[in-house]
Amino acid sequence: MLKASIPAPLDRAVLAKAAALPAGLWVTCPHCHESAYRRRFGAAKVCPNCGYGLRLTAHERIAQLTQSFSAWDQHLPEAASDFPGYAQKRQEAAQASGSDESVLCGQAHIGAHTVALGVMDSHYMMGSLGTVAGERLCRLFERATAAQLPVVVVATSGGARMQEGIHSLMQMAKVSQAVAAHSAAGLVYIVVLSDPTMGGVAASFAMQGDIILAEPHSRVGFAGRRVIEATIHAKLPADFQRAERVQAAGFIDAIVPREALPAKLAALLALHGGH
Amino acid sequence: MTAYQQVLAARAPRPYTTRTLIAGLVQDFQACHGDRVHGDDPAIIGGIGWLNDQPVTVIATTKGETLPERLATHGGCPEPWGYRKALRLMRQAEKFHRPIITLIDTPGAYPGKEAEDNGQAAAIADLLLAASTLATPLVSVLVGEGGSGGALALACGDEVWMSTNSMYAILSPEGFASILFRDVSRAEEAADLMKLTPDDLLAAGVVEKIVPDSGVGFGAALKAALLPTIQRLNATPLPQLLAQRQARFRRF
Ligand SMILES: [Zn+2]
Repeated sequence: MLKASIPAPLDRAVLAKAAALPAGLWVTCPHCHESAYRRRFGAAKVCPNCGYGLRLTAHERIAQLTQSFSAWDQHLPEAASDFPGYAQKRQEAAQASGSDESVLCGQAHIGAHTVALGVMDSHYMMGSLGTVAGERLCRLFERATAAQLPVVVVATSGGARMQEGIHSLMQMAKVSQAVAAHSAAGLVYIVVLSDPTMGGVAASFAMQGDIILAEPHSRVGFAGRRVIEATIHAKLPADFQRAERVQAAGFIDAIVPREALPAKLAALLALHGGH
Repeated sequence: MTAYQQVLAARAPRPYTTRTLIAGLVQDFQACHGDRVHGDDPAIIGGIGWLNDQPVTVIATTKGETLPERLATHGGCPEPWGYRKALRLMRQAEKFHRPIITLIDTPGAYPGKEAEDNGQAAAIADLLLAASTLATPLVSVLVGEGGSGGALALACGDEVWMSTNSMYAILSPEGFASILFRDVSRAEEAADLMKLTPDDLLAAGVVEKIVPDSGVGFGAALKAALLPTIQRLNATPLPQLLAQRQARFRRF
């Protein structure tokens, strides 16, 4: 049985539509499939029709969310994996994302608040949770606990890093331990779920926040849609695993448009004695 | 034995059932049902019994014995209310400082519509978080298939053991092959790469011990192996126990 999430295939009609438009000038929203001039998506890269936020690189996200960011733990030892082609895959991922891993962690300012911030990057191997990413996140919570800082994590991930096998699975437990210690110190942890947050990331730190926010229409869940459809031999509703449905089921505190995120985070941090 | 043969051994029918395995492990087992919120997941058997003169909580995944049971348990794949039942029984055990033994044989969490709509990810995340600070000894034993986060949710113990007829991996070799090779028929090759056998995982420090699956006598053998470990963990001062558990997972 398949257990990992698989990115949904792009609709053929959408691809054809996108290909027919002048490159770069028009953008077709992957959620509502409407096309609009790129500049109408604005600096935040949000669909003017449905409010879906296009996937951001970690660097873009940090620029949108923070006044300042200084990275922690940039040079961790590489994960041991003899999976064929893994090193090359990581190199390509670094080029695609401009990040050296699927998560960047550091100290940031959001409004007037100093926070420990982790930002995942779906452009880097689908934001998958490998050993280096897990170590960065673990240290993020440990540093925040020591420095009495709140933690904000912007999650986006397909789940586990398959190439690292069981070591990837162990990161879920490792990061959870660090979240628990941070929580036991009475410090606040806020998660922002962005599209998509799936698999082992959803089943660990992304669902362990004191407050869980989500961007509109983000896909949030454990198993991938195609795996479920193949298992239950039925089609799933269009809104399946979308943030709005997940919120209605009781698992998300608030759905926040991307432009409103910095103010929302600042308001929540202030309520927790942010400094 | 090849890695894929190990996978087949982990999936093979046993001369014992989950219930008789538990009966061999503890005396006077008192089953407890339900998550107190949604329902009772037949894929998780939980309850209290005597490990010699020590009350313990046992939480086991089960694939079911009869065809209707196998369908109801989805072949041993828990749903969120199963993980929440496990969490409830862990909290109950914690209250009475009763050691917990988990027995794991699951291909993974069930990929179903209701499971997702009821927070499968959140249910597993809650267990991982709770297990980190659970103030009572917790020993996890993989006795068959151990697949993905659905197995990990119950395998965050002070010690994690495997039986000789078990596997533990990030997902099934078939799933791994279909994702990374885009070819499900390369599952045997995938199994080799995945290092999912008890020997591989002992060498990697993912598990502490391998217990021989001796067939019908496995429950009794497991009891004999668990007794000194449970005794030792039970005698460990709580702050030290929790520090050791955190250190165990911190090293990965
Ligand atoms: Zn749209």
